[in-house]
Amino acid sequence: MQKFAVLGVSCWSGFLLMALELLSGRILAPTFGSSIYVWGAIITIFMLALSFGYLIGGRMSLKPPKVSTLCGLHLLSGLLVLPILAFADPVLNSIFDYTQDPRLGSLIASVILFFLPACVCGTVAPYAVRLLVDDPAAAGFYAGLQFFFSTAFSAAGTLLTSFYLVLILEVNQILYLLLGITAVMAATAFTLSRRSAS
Amino acid sequence: MMKNFFAAATLIFAALLCRPAAAELKTIHSEKSLYRNIFVTEEGDLRCLTFRRATAGTRQTCKMMSNPNHLYFPYTRMMIGSLFMKPHPGRVLIIGLGGGTLPMTVHALAPEAAIDVVEIDPAVVKAARNYFGFVTDDKINVHEEDGRVFVKKAIAQKAQYDLIMLDAFADDYIPEHLLTREFLEEVKTVLAPDGVVAANTFSSSGLYPYESVTYAAAFGTFYNLKQANRVIWAQKNNTLPSLATLQENAKGLDAAMTERGVSSSELLSEASTKVDWATNTRLLTDQYMPSNLLNAAR
Repeated sequence: MQKFAVLGVSCWSGFLLMALELLSGRILAPTFGSSIYVWGAIITIFMLALSFGYLIGGRMSLKPPKVSTLCGLHLLSGLLVLPILAFADPVLNSIFDYTQDPRLGSLIASVILFFLPACVCGTVAPYAVRLLVDDPAAAGFYAGLQFFFSTAFSAAGTLLTSFYLVLILEVNQILYLLLGITAVMAATAFTLSRRSAS
Repeated sequence: MMKNFFAAATLIFAALLCRPAAAELKTIHSEKSLYRNIFVTEEGDLRCLTFRRATAGTRQTCKMMSNPNHLYFPYTRMMIGSLFMKPHPGRVLIIGLGGGTLPMTVHALAPEAAIDVVEIDPAVVKAARNYFGFVTDDKINVHEEDGRVFVKKAIAQKAQYDLIMLDAFADDYIPEHLLTREFLEEVKTVLAPDGVVAANTFSSSGLYPYESVTYAAAFGTFYNLKQANRVIWAQKNNTLPSLATLQENAKGLDAAMTERGVSSSELLSEASTKVDWATNTRLLTDQYMPSNLLNAAR
C-alpha cells in the first residue's frame, strides 16, 4: 500500500512538473515573447532546479524516510505555484523595466517564478526511490519503476496541457487545477500510508 | 506495329521533356533557421518565400520577377489599402517582414514615412535582402526581435505610430501571443490618436470568430476585407473614416496603386463593417490563447 502511495505521488509530481514548464512559456510570452531564447531560458532553469532538487531530496533520504515527508514535499511543490498566481504580472513588469533583453529577462523571471516549485518537484524523485527500496539488490529495479512512472506522467502532463487544457481553461485556472490535484494526491497518499501502517 | 509503338512512345517522351519551363519549381535557396525551414523557390517568373516545405509549405510572399512592384497576393493589396485610411503616415510600424513587400511598397507610396520593421528570424531578413530586393535606408529600420517585445519597448520609449501593420506569421499561423486583447491594447498604446492598424489574418479558419471579437473588444467597429485572407483596418476609440473619405484619400494614390495591381474601387467595395461572426465567442487573452489549436479546427 505504501508503494502505491509513493508511486502515485511520483506520477503526479511528473505531471505537475511538465505542465508547469509548458505553462511557463505562456506566462513569459506576453513580456519576453516566444523566441528560442525564452524557451532556452525556461528549460535551463527547470533543468537546473531539478538537478538541485535531486541533490536535496537524496540528501534528505539519508535520514529514516517517511511517506509523510514525501507527501509534504509534494504538497509544497504544489503550493509554490501560488506565488506565480499572485505575483507573475508585477514580477514580469519589474524585470522588463530592469532589462528588455529577452535572454537575461526570461532567465531572471524563470529563476524567480519557477525555480522553487521545479526544485521541490525534483526532491520527490530520490526520496520516493528511497521509500520504495527495501532490498539493495532491487534498488535499480525500483529506481527504474519510479523513473518510468514519473517520466510517463511528465509526457502526459505535456501533451494534455498543450493539446487540451489550454483550449478549455485559462493559464491561471490550469495552475489552480494543478495545485488542487496535487493537494488531493498528497492527502490521499498520506492517508493510504497511515492506514497500511496501522 | 512495334515501330509505331516506339514512334508514339518517343513522341510522348519528347513532349514530356519539352514541357514549358514555367511549370518546373526550382529551389534556389534553402536554410534551416532558428525557427523553421526557409525556402526560396522559383517557378517561371514567380519567386516565392516558403516556410516548412519547398513545395507543400505555406507561401509567405511571392514576387513576379518581370514586374517586381506588382502585389501578387490579395492580402498584400488589402494591407497596402490601409494607406487609404492614412495616406501620409509619419511613422510606420510593420511586424513581420516576409519578403519585405509591405515595407518596400509603403516606402514607395509614402517616401517621407519612417518605417520600423520587426522580424524575429534573422534568416528571413537575409532572404528578403538577397532574393526579394528588400533594401534598408535611413527611412527603413529592421529590428530582429519578437514583435511583442518590440511593442513593449516602444511603449517604454513613448513611441507613437501613425500606421501599424500586423503581419507576423509563423509557418502555420500568427504567433499566439500576438493575437490577444492585451497585445492589441499594447498596440493601441503606441498608436497615435488618429493612427490606423491593419492586420492580416485568415478568413476561413476556426479562429475567425475568436479573432473578430478580440479585435472588436480592442478597436470597436473596424473595416473587414475578406478574400482568401481577411484584413482588418481599424482605428483607435471606435472611430472610423467613412468610405467616402477613403475614396477621396484613394484618389491621390491611384496611379501608384494601379501600377501595383491595386484597384481602390475594388478594395473599397469589399470593405465592410458588417459583424459576420458570433459576438458571444470567447475573447483571446494572455490567459487564454489557444489560437493555433483553434485555427486547426476549421
